[in-house]
Amino acid sequence: METSARLNFEIVAREDFSDVTYLLEIHHPLMARAARPGQFVIVMSHEHGERIPLTLADFDRVKGTITLVIQAVGKTTREMQQSCQVGTRLHGLVGPMGVPSHTSGASKVVCVGGGLGVAPIFPQARAFKENGAYVIGIVGFRTKELVFWEDKFRACCDEFIVCTNDGSAGIKGLITDGLELAMEKHPDIGEVVAIGPPIMMKACAEATRPHKIKTVVSTNPVMVDGTGMCGGCRVKVGGQVKFACVDGPDFDGHQVDFDDLMSRLRRFNQAEQAAMERWSESCRMKHPIGPGSPGPLSPDQAGEPLELPDPFEEARGG
Amino acid sequence: MAKKKTIRTIPQKRAPMREQDAQRRAKNFEEVNCGYRLEDALHEAERCLDCPDAACIEGCPVSIDIPGFIQKIGAKDFRGAYDLITETNLLPAICGRVCPQESQCEGVCPVGDTLEPVAIGRLERWVGDLAIAERWSNIPYIEHNGFKVGIVGSGPAGMACAADMAKAGCDVTVYEAFHEPGGVLKYGIPDFRLPNEVIDAEVDNLRKLGIKFECNTLVGRLFTIEQMIDEMGYDAVFIGTGAGYPQLMGIPGDSLNGVLSANELLTRCNLMRAREFPNYDTPVPIARRVAVIGSGNTAMDALRVCLRLGAEKVHCIYRRTKAESPARAEELHHAEEEGIEFHWLTNPVEILDDGKGKVRAMRCIRMELGETDASGRRRPVPVAGSEFEFETEMVVFAIGTNANPIIGQTSKLKLNKQGYIEADANLATSMAGVFAGGDIVTGAATVIEAMGAGRKAARSMKTYLGLRDADVAGLTERKGSSGKLFGIDLGERNFARIRVA
Repeated sequence: METSARLNFEIVAREDFSDVTYLLEIHHPLMARAARPGQFVIVMSHEHGERIPLTLADFDRVKGTITLVIQAVGKTTREMQQSCQVGTRLHGLVGPMGVPSHTSGASKVVCVGGGLGVAPIFPQARAFKENGAYVIGIVGFRTKELVFWEDKFRACCDEFIVCTNDGSAGIKGLITDGLELAMEKHPDIGEVVAIGPPIMMKACAEATRPHKIKTVVSTNPVMVDGTGMCGGCRVKVGGQVKFACVDGPDFDGHQVDFDDLMSRLRRFNQAEQAAMERWSESCRMKHPIGPGSPGPLSPDQAGEPLELPDPFEEARGG
Repeated sequence: MAKKKTIRTIPQKRAPMREQDAQRRAKNFEEVNCGYRLEDALHEAERCLDCPDAACIEGCPVSIDIPGFIQKIGAKDFRGAYDLITETNLLPAICGRVCPQESQCEGVCPVGDTLEPVAIGRLERWVGDLAIAERWSNIPYIEHNGFKVGIVGSGPAGMACAADMAKAGCDVTVYEAFHEPGGVLKYGIPDFRLPNEVIDAEVDNLRKLGIKFECNTLVGRLFTIEQMIDEMGYDAVFIGTGAGYPQLMGIPGDSLNGVLSANELLTRCNLMRAREFPNYDTPVPIARRVAVIGSGNTAMDALRVCLRLGAEKVHCIYRRTKAESPARAEELHHAEEEGIEFHWLTNPVEILDDGKGKVRAMRCIRMELGETDASGRRRPVPVAGSEFEFETEMVVFAIGTNANPIIGQTSKLKLNKQGYIEADANLATSMAGVFAGGDIVTGAATVIEAMGAGRKAARSMKTYLGLRDADVAGLTERKGSSGKLFGIDLGERNFARIRVA
């Protein structure tokens, strides 16, 4: 194992799933080898950039790459959507961070992914499958056009449910409707793993609570360093303060104080919005934005759960 | 030979440090202390009595030959002064700025018995700055010995250890999780106290010794300590990951928005340059009225950073009195000058919500000093019925830190009950070839103590690797009698290294 082959964080592949969701595959053999499901990385796209945490969506030890799926919702992620092309390099990429998820021990699991949680739930589903579990995958999208990685999920899930808000693909309804369906059909579910916006994870935890099914959620608070140093990512779990970066990011969904988590995610809303507006303004001056281009999110959009670019996954952290 | 100096013949007054005006500096991030001019340095060097039994050397965690370098300044042999300091301390520009000299070298200076002690720290800084300006660096002749040494953490402990191991001929790589090296010097200490250029200059000196810095590398998670030894071919590893895990008070309301650790505030402002938002993307948390809890150096930094970020009123809340405050005297003094308001014998008991998840105020209680506690200071006890509301929109905790948990989580190293790495007197851990030092062993301390630990660990590593240690030889020589043959320590058993820098 050799590190002296300088880390250069080159983007080797990119795929655009929609006008806001994009995939980046980055060359980092050491990280590909170390990564485990449930872990995250911190990315810094340029020298003046902020450090944003992103949950690993995949890693390929043979190719020596890691995969991130990003939604362009704030200044940094939008800027990356423009600048991160194949052949370019990230300024910084550190990880894998956080305690890996436990993907053994359960014989039947439900892996739920909504919003930006769809991508990071994939390595978990695959790991559970590799460990011999019966895996039910449930993912939620707003509409059919936004669905991605269906083939990847089908390859590792024994059952796979797609939920769309308009019913254009899979079942019509929220992700929790899919979860209810699965719980009705399988009374012997040992564990539910839910990744997505806090409001969705909260809904999933509430859905499983009456059935007393172990529910693990992946928290995604604002953070700076990701190494336990700033304390910005603290989360209340069962009345105790935990740091998502080193104690998590996975916690018992029945213990997490989601209201506190959501409130803390709004910490930098104002600054974020200011940066966003300022940036959009400067872009407009360079290349006029046509009607098809993504503009800043309106506040009512940002409040809507599940289907939209998830404002919480974009870390305003720094 | 000049006449022997006495307390009566030396200049009675200390050369004052020129400072940026308090009003002006409270609005900028430029350095507060402007440093000595040549005449100041010569004046101050004159004040050293060159004591035969130099207490200051004993008082220095890395035993710099203090009277020696001051005499060289006095003789206008400035390069000689630099060479002498860098024999034991590679980072004089940093230590001259951030060491708590009043409790170390200057605290035991006999001149201080009657007058103000010799301003050793200021002289050290002057030499360090001169070296940076003149691009001096002391690169010794290094004979490579084929050993590979890994250093985890690029803070002061790691830097000091790396320097010694590189000078001993090892192939040294320093791993840093952040995107820039420097550790707490970079993320923690603000520019107005320690400019980033100074740190970068000192890091460059280390690079000149052949040390490699690998940033963006989280040891423990990207690869483990065990892998470094077993798979990556490291013959020895030093862990200096620090005690960066911030403590919170655990009082109601401490997860409200507007409550943060001093670490977060300082990292955003210093390393991520949030103070230049939006030219830099990291947002900075700031409010009109700020309360910083604690009164150590980190608290002083946080207070003064808030002032510079534009807060109108910045308050220091401390449960003991000024006398017990652990901050350097100079930092306290500077903070007072800049208009920080101090509230001694006050402790928050609750942080109050504005109804929107943000801080509106704190509920505080008055304290009084009771019995002496384990730290030798009088224990503060709450005064019953003295609670009051304190208006503030932001609360910063600067009440200490705990061990960083990552190495503990990812290796089989033995930890103590508090999560710090267990190390013996030679800083060897429970794993052969793995050494640890600095805050991750002792708990939060000072930059120079961490550097001292890094150097001590380096000595043990050299013994472990079977390398003869020029330092130890040097030390016994200095304490004993005759010294050198053709400028070479008699303690040297091989003549490979001619000059020990």
